[in-house]
Amino acid sequence: MKEIVLEHLEKSFGDHKVLLDVNLTVDKGEVISVIGSSGSGKSTMLRCINLLEEPSGGVIRYKDEDIRKLNLSKYRAEVGMVFQQFNLFDNMTALENCVKPQIKVLGRKRDEAEKIAREFIEKVGMTAFVNARPRQLSGGQKQRIAIARALSMNPEVILFDEPTSALDPEMVGEVLDVIKSLAKSGLTMIVVTHEMAFAREVSDRVIFMDGGVVLEEGTPEKLFGNPKMPRTREFLSRFLNG
Amino acid sequence: MTFFIQIWEILKEFYPFLLKGIGMTLLISLIGTVAGLVIGLLTGIIRTTPFSKNKLLRVIHKIVNGIIAVYIEIFRGTPMMVQAMVIFWGYAFMNDGQTLPLIPAGIFIVSINTGAYMAEIVRGGIISIDKGQFEGAYSVGMTHWQAMLYVVVPQVMRNILPSVSNEFVINIKDTSVLNVIGVAELYFMAGKIIYINLEIFQTYTIVCVLYFIMTFSVTRILRLFEKKLNGRENYTICGSQSDPAAEIHIKEEAK
Repeated sequence: MKEIVLEHLEKSFGDHKVLLDVNLTVDKGEVISVIGSSGSGKSTMLRCINLLEEPSGGVIRYKDEDIRKLNLSKYRAEVGMVFQQFNLFDNMTALENCVKPQIKVLGRKRDEAEKIAREFIEKVGMTAFVNARPRQLSGGQKQRIAIARALSMNPEVILFDEPTSALDPEMVGEVLDVIKSLAKSGLTMIVVTHEMAFAREVSDRVIFMDGGVVLEEGTPEKLFGNPKMPRTREFLSRFLNG
Repeated sequence: MTFFIQIWEILKEFYPFLLKGIGMTLLISLIGTVAGLVIGLLTGIIRTTPFSKNKLLRVIHKIVNGIIAVYIEIFRGTPMMVQAMVIFWGYAFMNDGQTLPLIPAGIFIVSINTGAYMAEIVRGGIISIDKGQFEGAYSVGMTHWQAMLYVVVPQVMRNILPSVSNEFVINIKDTSVLNVIGVAELYFMAGKIIYINLEIFQTYTIVCVLYFIMTFSVTRILRLFEKKLNGRENYTICGSQSDPAAEIHIKEEAK
């Protein structure tokens, strides 16, 4: 079943065209990694899917419906997002970060919301820190709470926007481990990442973006093992040879 | 020595006047500051809200923004004493000489004057909040209003508290200009006392000290409040990254 479909997606900032013509179909339960160099439009594409950026052209469909016709709040609750800079609410504890949105957006009762939040906080291994404030947490811990926050909304899809790029090398592993465990849970995920080993391990499909289009896509074995396009080969060889 | 005796005599004789003046000054400046803050929050939120895609709403929003801008410029650009006269006597002019009741009039004038300053303070506070806070809120489905209400405004309030207490102190002093319309605040009361005893220097010395006591106490109280909002200082620093069981908890001693 098709979960998210991008048709001829375009996005420009003023005269600067970031996305030229992006076409992509994501099936339910699929885990997709998006790779490519900086400025290739990976993050912009992700932000368009969540409508944090208004697309300049093309259509984005969620379960066959144009997302611009959907209730934005409801749609975003179903399509969660995890940011490079975490974006936890600084005025709330870790637990409250996961509880408040459930109450305000989904209309859940506090008891229920807390139960759900604690469940997911446990899942990301952060139970010891439910009452910590974001400023007291390390980057990796913040990101794990951010993932728990997204999960607490019981989304169908989670978009990961370079979830480990702002982390110290030591903390990357703990966050990737959490994402890996989610990949097996049947959640639909689109992960923009620079972690090639991770992309190779968890994805059902890898997308290589360049210059505002999807240049190549395929299974990790195909894309990493036998890339067709010269540009893909060049990009990968730079990563593999350091 | 006679000076101190005279001071003592004034205090003894006129303390009901002085107390009443202090009460009025605090009442008007407190309500004025709070109301001004509310005006500032409303205008600040309206002005930082992105324009709607709906054409009609966008036009209305732009007009409202324009009105707010004019309001701010006028009330920041003219003296409160003059504003008081214009509003008070303007009302009388338009209502066949019937004047506004004094206390509400005083509160109204201080409120809208403070609101003009607060509008800019709040707007600055909202702009200074990281865009990521909004995006985090949007990403879980919150509307712009919900993001403002539950995520941004609480952080703004904490950040602007020093400016708000500054406005409060200014208001305590500046309510003295309301004597021009006859509001019985502390400065006005001083005039009344002098009318009876003719001891100008002694009376104003007392009033001067009283103003200082008021502003100083308010500053101290709000400073305490600020500290409380900033949270405890002895929070736990969380050390290790992956294994919660291996966390290093460093409890700082409360200072």
